[in-house]
Amino acid sequence: MYDPRLDPRTLILVAGVLLLLGGATIAVRVLQRQIDSGINPAILETFRRRIHAWWILFSALAAALLLGKIVTIILFGFIAFWALREFITLTPTRLGDVPTLHLVFYVFAPLQFILIGLEKYELYSIAIPVYAFLIIPVPIAMSGDFKRFLERTAKIQCGLLICVYCLSYTPALLTLDFPAAVPDAQGVRAVPSAPENSDSSVESGRTTDAAGPRAGRSLNTMGLLLFFILMVQLSDVLQYAWGQLPSRHVVAPTISPSRTWEGLLGGTISVSLLGAAFCWATPFPFWLAALMSTVIAVMGFAGGLTMSAIKRDRGVKDYGTLVEGHGGVLDRIDSICFAAPVFFHLTRWLLPYL
Amino acid sequence: METTLTINILALIARLLSGASARWIDSQPDTCQRVYFANHTSHLDPLVLWSMLPAEVRARTRPVAAKDYWTAGRIRYYGATKVFNAILIDRKEIKVHQSPVDLMIREIGNRDSLIVFPEGGRGPGNQVREFKSGLYYLCKKRPDLEAIPVYIENMNRILPRGHFLPVPLLTCITFGPPIWLEAGEAKADFLARARQAVVRLKEG
Repeated sequence: MYDPRLDPRTLILVAGVLLLLGGATIAVRVLQRQIDSGINPAILETFRRRIHAWWILFSALAAALLLGKIVTIILFGFIAFWALREFITLTPTRLGDVPTLHLVFYVFAPLQFILIGLEKYELYSIAIPVYAFLIIPVPIAMSGDFKRFLERTAKIQCGLLICVYCLSYTPALLTLDFPAAVPDAQGVRAVPSAPENSDSSVESGRTTDAAGPRAGRSLNTMGLLLFFILMVQLSDVLQYAWGQLPSRHVVAPTISPSRTWEGLLGGTISVSLLGAAFCWATPFPFWLAALMSTVIAVMGFAGGLTMSAIKRDRGVKDYGTLVEGHGGVLDRIDSICFAAPVFFHLTRWLLPYL
Repeated sequence: METTLTINILALIARLLSGASARWIDSQPDTCQRVYFANHTSHLDPLVLWSMLPAEVRARTRPVAAKDYWTAGRIRYYGATKVFNAILIDRKEIKVHQSPVDLMIREIGNRDSLIVFPEGGRGPGNQVREFKSGLYYLCKKRPDLEAIPVYIENMNRILPRGHFLPVPLLTCITFGPPIWLEAGEAKADFLARARQAVVRLKEG
């Protein structure tokens, strides 16, 4: 039976990330000791805190991946729950919203991750955008408090969508697999009618011990998840680094003074090259890995900018203060939230053709 | 009382569940004798404030809480008596020879600190109401106590009046600089000044 945990590509990725983080930690320490390194100490301090946050994120992720799919889904469930707490805390709610908030926190948020654990794609892809969307306004209306009704409803829906629905597509990557394709004599692969097709004929010698229902190739889902997280984080840091260039055209000065067009362009191009270099961890050929990384970088940029706009509107700098000086959980995962659903759906759509 | 380890674990759980973070503004945690006075909007206020103190301060700090609420039910009673060692005040029969302030002073001796809610009861929203006189008499009888203003944010949204299931939002506990009762300061002046110290933390 194929186990993506034991896939050498997964292990190389984990080891690579650890080396990268270790190297970055040492580099920042050394630069901070030097008095005249020529680098702005404020930037170094920001970077040191970011590395600290990445250590926490990657240790938790690596431990969860090692323990398996279900543990990883539960980990992301807790992250989503905490992010939703931060989001709703910053959102003015009224007494009449309490029953809806109970539903959102205690029913819809856990349900989304349970459905992902059960791999019910046809349910988890619509549970929040259809069912929760329709149910959320009802108890608020029943409370009789109509003051700023649409605004309150929309804010709760938005929080649930961004923090829970969008983020949940990250662990959902672990449920993806190649469809049970049966290649014909010409080598042209037929696109299967249903992914649950339980055709267990083992036609090639590559995976003779395949015991699962999907014979043939197995997808290294953990490699895919690590690739995704790595590309999002690299795109964050590279966009920031490119944004430090002397030539600066800030995208939206009133929202985020550090996000420039140079940063977006330079960061996205660097990430697409890195994505191509890491294509061995994914099911994609190098050019498609580059394209997917471009999409990740652009969506990550969109996520960061959108969440900054929400923060500006609420008059805060960070979403929370879980770990001293790190901002909140939501500040760390905003780009993941925006990139995950797009990356998931593109991958799911492309898998039959790979 | 439960062991220190059990108490610290329970305090950690309370912190995680309430998602609280603490800010100390012009103020430091200390084991000297203090009276923390805070705004009051939910039954969980004493528990959350107590859990946010550093462990060694927490071990010497006792919330003052309503007897009728904290003796109803086994879990509440266990928490109040075995974990956070509350001083329970009987709100229904306040007697002259058994005044709550005297009880508090007797209970803390020369070692413990207090957590009090001078608004008297839970407020309706996020307004800080007028303070009752207990804080004044406490500070008058024990002028050596440092009175630390505390503002508890969001608890009125987490456990609003009439609800039993909390909405798991995040709280922030802000501790301010200590105040003392000035020599000859009138009761109303002191109470207004103390209330203003809490309100200032809310706005800051």
